[in-house]
Amino acid sequence: MRRFPAISSVIRRLKGSRTVMTCLLLLLLIAVVGIIGPLLTPHGYADTDFATRFAAPTFNELHLFGTDELGRDQFARTLLGVKVTLFVAVIASVVSLGIGVLYGATAGLFGGKIDAVMMRAVDALYALPFVFFVILLMVVFDRNFLLIFVAIGAINWLDMARIVRGQTMSLKNRAFVEAARLTGVSTAGIIWRHITPNLIGVVIVYITLTIPQAILVESFLSFLGLGVQEPQTSLGALVNTGVAHMHRAPWLLIIPAGVLALILFCFNFLGDGLRDIADPKYKV
Amino acid sequence: MLRYALLRILGAIPTILLVIAIAFLMVHAAPGGPFDEERVLPPEIERNVERAYHLDEPLPKQFVRYLGGVLRGDLGPSYRYRDYTVSELIANALPVSMRLGALAMLLALALGIAAGVLAALRKNTVLDRLVTGFAMIGISVPVFVVAPLMVLVFAVLLDWLPASWTGGSGGGRLIMPVIALALPQIAYIARLTRASMINVMTSDYVRTARAQGLGTVAIVRYHVLKPAVLPLMSYIGPAIAGVLTGSVVVEQVFGIPGVGQFFIQGALNRDYTLVLGITIFYAVIVIALNLAVDLAYGFLDPRIRAQ
Repeated sequence: MRRFPAISSVIRRLKGSRTVMTCLLLLLLIAVVGIIGPLLTPHGYADTDFATRFAAPTFNELHLFGTDELGRDQFARTLLGVKVTLFVAVIASVVSLGIGVLYGATAGLFGGKIDAVMMRAVDALYALPFVFFVILLMVVFDRNFLLIFVAIGAINWLDMARIVRGQTMSLKNRAFVEAARLTGVSTAGIIWRHITPNLIGVVIVYITLTIPQAILVESFLSFLGLGVQEPQTSLGALVNTGVAHMHRAPWLLIIPAGVLALILFCFNFLGDGLRDIADPKYKV
Repeated sequence: MLRYALLRILGAIPTILLVIAIAFLMVHAAPGGPFDEERVLPPEIERNVERAYHLDEPLPKQFVRYLGGVLRGDLGPSYRYRDYTVSELIANALPVSMRLGALAMLLALALGIAAGVLAALRKNTVLDRLVTGFAMIGISVPVFVVAPLMVLVFAVLLDWLPASWTGGSGGGRLIMPVIALALPQIAYIARLTRASMINVMTSDYVRTARAQGLGTVAIVRYHVLKPAVLPLMSYIGPAIAGVLTGSVVVEQVFGIPGVGQFFIQGALNRDYTLVLGITIFYAVIVIALNLAVDLAYGFLDPRIRAQ
């Protein structure tokens, strides 16, 4: 049985891995730039200017990433896209965290038949093409912004549930939990004081791996025109616009596609790195 | 084996029913009806329209009617393509989608396994780093980024391949869609194969074989390959789901008139029955193929049957 290493030792080992640190810093930078975005450019993301449609990237008038088909500043729109994409991903991950931890911890704690049925359901759900149900939901409920968060979160909880269940199962038989039970701590107290703190490490690792999946689903929907709607935008929606105009203005495709790829790449690298540190049995 | 097969088949039926029920209820829980956006009709005509689509019946009755239709392969009329049923639309679009998906799966399995085996045998060399690095990119970068960039490079800039389905003919127009669709699966399969190979290569019986003087080629061929590749079977289900999802994007980007294209058109036009029908169709395909994979897995590996 493996104890999750203390946070300080994780950080120490993180510092040892240059790629993981680079990814972490890059993501922080991207997130900060996305959040303070409007301060970095004089242009608003929805300001149209038909005199300068499809301008190539230029320092002239500070259209750093050029302009789109309505003459809107692509730099401002990319920053907004980064913000919306990250925002949706974080909220969706929190939703999936909530469902996954609750489901997994319940199955793990009760064990036996309840656990068997609950995990069989997870197995069955695992192979379903969930994205199609999300699209169905989007069609029926008219692309409600809030619904996107919840729907994306609701499809990514399976991994989390599995991991949390496994961890709970191994924790509940540990001596310190037994000792707590003997001294009369209630089940709720045991979950709160002894199980949850020991789950945090694994949960952090899997959140890092859930976020890129959430980004993938959100940008997939937005790319198809079913997610974030105009004049709001996300990286997926920007890629979609870029595809439509790639002959005339390839930068409209290349820049958002590159930013999206970079974010996903960094999250995956970070998640893999964290998992290798936290749970070396996955590492080969 | 028979008991195992029966259990698996019986297990798939409630999943399919549940999927149909959830999808059906989702659509019918929606505020408003499918014809709300059109011009206001006189009440008697509206009633006729509702009767024609059985929208005036109570929900349970509608569900039973729909379920009966699904079992007969009838997914109802399309709300937007008035002259077609959903089943007809799917049947017309299916051949091209199936060709695309099957080719992508084959390519993914062949390249993914080959790359994974090579990387595992040459662990910690440049080749291994190349494969794992490529796999990381393949997993991270989504299809809807790769596919347009491929079009930009190979069709717009280099002009080697047709940019869209209508712009070419024959097999050439399938090359880019198949590769774009297969890339993420190649990456996943390569990673899984590599990990599984390394795992088996370090097991005791392989060490024994080595100690007895067996060469690497013989060890891999007779002792490692089967147990290393077999666990991949459990990834085929998610891979199929991934290919179906990806095909929606690929068909959109390359303008291929497949099922995914209809799905997106239906979603953008709020064609409830079409989207509902295709969702159920996809779900049933995935469940059925998973069942097939499960049965094959049980047949190939007795340990699975025993569980």
